[in-house]
Amino acid sequence: MDAPVHTPALPVVAAPPSIRVAGLNHWFGTGEARKQALFDVDLTVGAGSLTVLMGPSGSGKTTVLTLMGCLRDVQDGSVELLGHELNGAREADLVLYRRRLGFIFQAHNLHESLTARQNVMMGLQVHGHDNEAVQRKAAAHILSALGLDDRLDYLPGNLSGGQKQRVAVARALVGNPAIVFADEPTAALDKESGMTVVRILKELGRQRGTTTMMVTHDNRILELADRIVTMEDGRIVKDTAP
Amino acid sequence: MTALLGAIMGRLPIGWLQLIHSKTRLAAAMAGVAFANILVLVQLGIMGSLNNSILISYDLLDADIMISAENANTLTEGDNVARQRMFQALAVPGVQSALPFYVATADWERADGETTAFTTFGIDPKGAAFLNEELAPFVPLLRLRDTAVVDRGARGVDPDTLASISPGNPLRFEVSGVTLSAVDTMVGGGGFAGDGYMLVSDQTFHRIFANRSTGAPDHILVKIAADADPDAVLARLQAQFDGTGLRVRGFQDAALEDQAYQTTERPTGLIFGFGVVIGILVGIVIVYQILSTDVADHLAEYATFKAMGYGQSMFLGIVLEQAVILGILGFVPGVIVSWLLYEMLGAVTGLPVELTVATTAAVFAGTIIACLVSGAIATRRLAAADPADLF
Ligand SMILES: Nc1ncnc2c1ncn2[C@@H]1O[C@H](COP(=O)(O)OP(=O)(O)OP(=O)(O)O)[C@@H](O)[C@H]1O
Ligand SMILES: [Mg+2]
Repeated sequence: MDAPVHTPALPVVAAPPSIRVAGLNHWFGTGEARKQALFDVDLTVGAGSLTVLMGPSGSGKTTVLTLMGCLRDVQDGSVELLGHELNGAREADLVLYRRRLGFIFQAHNLHESLTARQNVMMGLQVHGHDNEAVQRKAAAHILSALGLDDRLDYLPGNLSGGQKQRVAVARALVGNPAIVFADEPTAALDKESGMTVVRILKELGRQRGTTTMMVTHDNRILELADRIVTMEDGRIVKDTAP
Repeated sequence: MTALLGAIMGRLPIGWLQLIHSKTRLAAAMAGVAFANILVLVQLGIMGSLNNSILISYDLLDADIMISAENANTLTEGDNVARQRMFQALAVPGVQSALPFYVATADWERADGETTAFTTFGIDPKGAAFLNEELAPFVPLLRLRDTAVVDRGARGVDPDTLASISPGNPLRFEVSGVTLSAVDTMVGGGGFAGDGYMLVSDQTFHRIFANRSTGAPDHILVKIAADADPDAVLARLQAQFDGTGLRVRGFQDAALEDQAYQTTERPTGLIFGFGVVIGILVGIVIVYQILSTDVADHLAEYATFKAMGYGQSMFLGIVLEQAVILGILGFVPGVIVSWLLYEMLGAVTGLPVELTVATTAAVFAGTIIACLVSGAIATRRLAAADPADLF
């Protein structure tokens, strides 16, 4: 990537794996409706890798992602994220861990009353160690890298679907996260923008050791992946490197 | 504005940006806060004028101690006091002088068929010292039978007619079959009980109110000797009249007790006090409604912020920021409209309504607090923002 991403003072995660999942089970619902969604999932993800999670609908991909991303409480088994055990972690600690993660959601979830640039600044403000001018510059920089230099001060309502998604990507990446979680991030993008996003993620992994966990069905992305994990009925059934 | 708020808060003023993003909601919220402010301010204005009008009666007089019947909660309410008590009071050491004070309402049926109710003070012309500095000089005029000094602001009476009154050009009018000559005018003011004040001698008073006995004034006013300790004299008088069914109070205390009684125990006072409470509740409910709708509309966005690592305090901050901004933005038009209503109310009723700085400041503080309360309640909805639902 030729346009560098703004870099707050975060240590680059090196040798130890970014994520280590062991014996993970998960259930939804209570009583009669209680249903097991994950069965004894084991997965270790190295730093700087781009891992793609595949599988039919309902196989548990999103559930795994939300558990690893501190968005859901771990019920049974172990999830170790950047060296921290998430099972039994306090909510306040989970909030802190989340700041080292970047999320790219299928729905862009931009704040409708903030401009593209302000939305991206929110990704920096959470760390609280840059002044506004620095944040504005960094946000503009990454938005330009994603081809939005002429849309900086647009509200989401005035952006196209693809443009909104790129703003959401910029927001996820601007804080230089250690791990990026993306659930079908390219679904709302045209082919070209979709590939741009994946290339950026791949490049970040190479340059900074950023780990990416991505759920996708897009075959072209599979070619860029370091590893492809396939799930079925809550279990990992295949784990390959292309 | 955005830059200013951002500088104050050290972050993007998301609450503010969110408010101005949906202009109709902002307008509705401002109108709601303004409406609640108007409710509260107008009620307070009427309460205040009730308070003021009660004090006016006392301000017209000048006494240190007032002896009244136990059930005389106001100047005009309750039983009389036997005049003989005055002589007993005069015998108490430290009492310099005392005056039987007569007060009643005289209805003037005007030529236009309407009535002006004068709160009429009957004063022995020798007791001019018991009137305030402005009224005392009128006392010599009252020595003449059936003369009166009337209120320049008497409600319902043509102001020009009142203004033209002078000893050389008296206004003749009939009250209870007695023809009075108003020979001068004084500054009193309309209240809730009467349309204005009228000052007459005790003799004239008894001609107007023929059924009232000279031996039974409404109150006895007492002045304390300059060299006496007021508290001690009051205590001695209280001891003197212990068990007689009379209450002996410092004059200021009597005024304040009257005020407290009329504003908290009488329906008028209660209704307006209730109105203030309703106004506050209306404001809280409206602001809560607006803010909680706003939270609900932005749940996905808040959940995204949660996923990004923002903690609960940031969301509280946004909602409370909105609450304070709504409070301020609604207060300004609320005060302006209230002020106009005060002016109208004063002009139409002649009541002493006044928007004081203290009231304005108190209502502003109350508005901000009420908005914060609403905001705090509205933040409970934030719990529904679950970042796990975003994928
Ligand atoms: N919040 C929830 N409450 C109850 N059941 C849920 C919930 N979320 C997921 N499930 C169930 O858990 C299982 C796994 O769901 P998950 O969303 O992880 O699948 P997925 O692989 O992401 O599917 P898709 O490709 O459709 O997104 C499914 O059977 C689903 O119905
Ligand atoms: Mg899914």
